[in-house]
Amino acid sequence: MAQCQSGPSQPHSASGANILTTDPVISAKNLSLTFQTNDGPVHALKDVNLDINKGDFVSFIGPSGCGKTTFLRVMADLEKPTEGEITVNGVSAEEARKARAYGYVFQHAGLYPWRTIGGNIRLPLEIMGTSKSEQDAAVKEVLELVHLDGFEKKFPWQLSGGMQQRASIARALAFHADILLMDEPFGALDEIVRDHLNEQLLELWARTNKTIGFVTHSIPEAVYLSTKIVVMSPRPGRITDVIESTLPKERPLDIRDSPEFIEIAHRVRDGLRAGHEDDV
Amino acid sequence: MMGKFWYKIGPIIVVVIAIFVLWYAAAVGLNTAWAKDKAKRAGVELTTSEIIKDTMSQKKPKLPAPHQVGAEIWKTTVEKKVTSKRSLIYHSSVTLSSTLLGFVMGTSLGIALAVGIVYNRTMDMSVMPWVIASQTIPILAIAPMIIVVLNAVGISGLLPKAVISMYLSFFPVVVGMVKGLRSPDHMQLDQMKTWSASGSQQFWKLRLPSSMPYLFTSLKIAMAAALVGAIIGELPTGAVAGLGARLLAGSYYGQTIQIWSALIMAAALAASLVGIIGMIQAVVLKRMGMVQ
Ligand SMILES: Nc1ncnc2c1ncn2[C@@H]1O[C@H](COP(=O)(O)OP(=O)(O)OP(=O)(O)O)[C@@H](O)[C@H]1O
Ligand SMILES: [Mg+2]
Repeated sequence: MAQCQSGPSQPHSASGANILTTDPVISAKNLSLTFQTNDGPVHALKDVNLDINKGDFVSFIGPSGCGKTTFLRVMADLEKPTEGEITVNGVSAEEARKARAYGYVFQHAGLYPWRTIGGNIRLPLEIMGTSKSEQDAAVKEVLELVHLDGFEKKFPWQLSGGMQQRASIARALAFHADILLMDEPFGALDEIVRDHLNEQLLELWARTNKTIGFVTHSIPEAVYLSTKIVVMSPRPGRITDVIESTLPKERPLDIRDSPEFIEIAHRVRDGLRAGHEDDV
Repeated sequence: MMGKFWYKIGPIIVVVIAIFVLWYAAAVGLNTAWAKDKAKRAGVELTTSEIIKDTMSQKKPKLPAPHQVGAEIWKTTVEKKVTSKRSLIYHSSVTLSSTLLGFVMGTSLGIALAVGIVYNRTMDMSVMPWVIASQTIPILAIAPMIIVVLNAVGISGLLPKAVISMYLSFFPVVVGMVKGLRSPDHMQLDQMKTWSASGSQQFWKLRLPSSMPYLFTSLKIAMAAALVGAIIGELPTGAVAGLGARLLAGSYYGQTIQIWSALIMAAALAASLVGIIGMIQAVVLKRMGMVQ
């Protein structure tokens, strides 16, 4: 199995805004998670080591069932590891969750049908006890970030799937957590909408300098977005390769035709294939 | 506009006409024997049209004709003072008050039990079997006991009847609300967790709003059940007042017209109460954006 210590990574080219922060934002050490099921134990994660630094955009890619969602859920303290250690912002995942260190975007938008778009974005803020005027300001701000200004008073069913997904991203952004965890947020959308949202996501990431964990099945999407691509393979779920992207932070859509892009994509594909082979 | 109106109302009118036709036919069929009997004893021969005419104007028919019931209802509502012991409005209001009180009590009990069942493991394991068992006991058997027991401790009047209403109406609310409060999926609950929401925030902001469609459906059934409970509760009280009392008194003296007019009143009452809940449901769910 490939060792995946990424070490204190070199903040690459343009994303060096926080060059002084050396401690990783998320750090997994020898992380394992075994689900006990009726058909025996399922090793969703085995001996996973990974450091994610401030400002990183990390994609998780791998075949279905390789533990991507599980890994993200462990970071979010929605799942407890059976072995090993995970720290988020230097504290345990549970403490980080209680301190509302991250926003989490689920695969389905999961907007409350009985709340307007504005009401949905307001929801975490209400829970956190933010004042009414701050709520208003935050709603306005994040709706602009995801280009949904003017839709505050609409109900979710009045929006398209892509718009709902953007609204759910806006909701995860509303309380200004430094970490954004996204589990295949664009999985159900068509290519064109996806390209568009990818562009917007990069723009948002550049503006907010958040640390982003992003699960995807698409190699081009992973390469286009990430500063670091984590390739995983199943049974047991593990990391087989960690690829540091050499692409600049400024990424127009047509960068996908550049030789650099294609080379990284190749490496990802090789990594995926390798993981598949030692599985057989 | 007109077309849409008829599209909605048309089928209802057809059904109502069909009911009336069947009702008249049944009245003729059931009352003919008595009409012939009377004629035979009087020693006269009746033509078919005379027999049919007679079946619709008997004093104590087996099945009164619709217009007889209509006339009786008119007489006992519009033409009687509301305070009169013979006014159906008076009796309906007696039944209505215990129905409403029982409905409120039953709904509160139902919601409280549902919250307990959803939030408390012990209650989850233990309460539901008892709730179901309570509904397998025939209400007619325990209604008199409830009245007697409550009378013995000095409680009489409205409350014992309302207790029987409550007994019948809490059940659909418990069942519906347990389902409703559990309707949020794993993802929605996880979402709450990522925001580190407290138990009560989870209840008020997620579980309760999610349960609204279930609640209203339950409330409609509960309201109908509460009315049945109130009528049953009036039977053993010596038939002093209420629609149940009219039914009982009517059957003592074979006053079928009185029985049927009380029945029709009860049905109309149930329909309007359920209709009111339906209207509230429409408004609330619309404002919640849950109907499109
Ligand atoms: N709650 C659970 N109980 C039992 N097994 C689970 C549970 N959650 C996940 N698993 C198992 O753990 C493994 C990893 O699942 P996970 O959802 O993390 O995969 P994934 O990489 O996200 O897959 P996909 O790309 O299909 O979303 C799978 O074999 C899955 O069946
Ligand atoms: Mg997944």
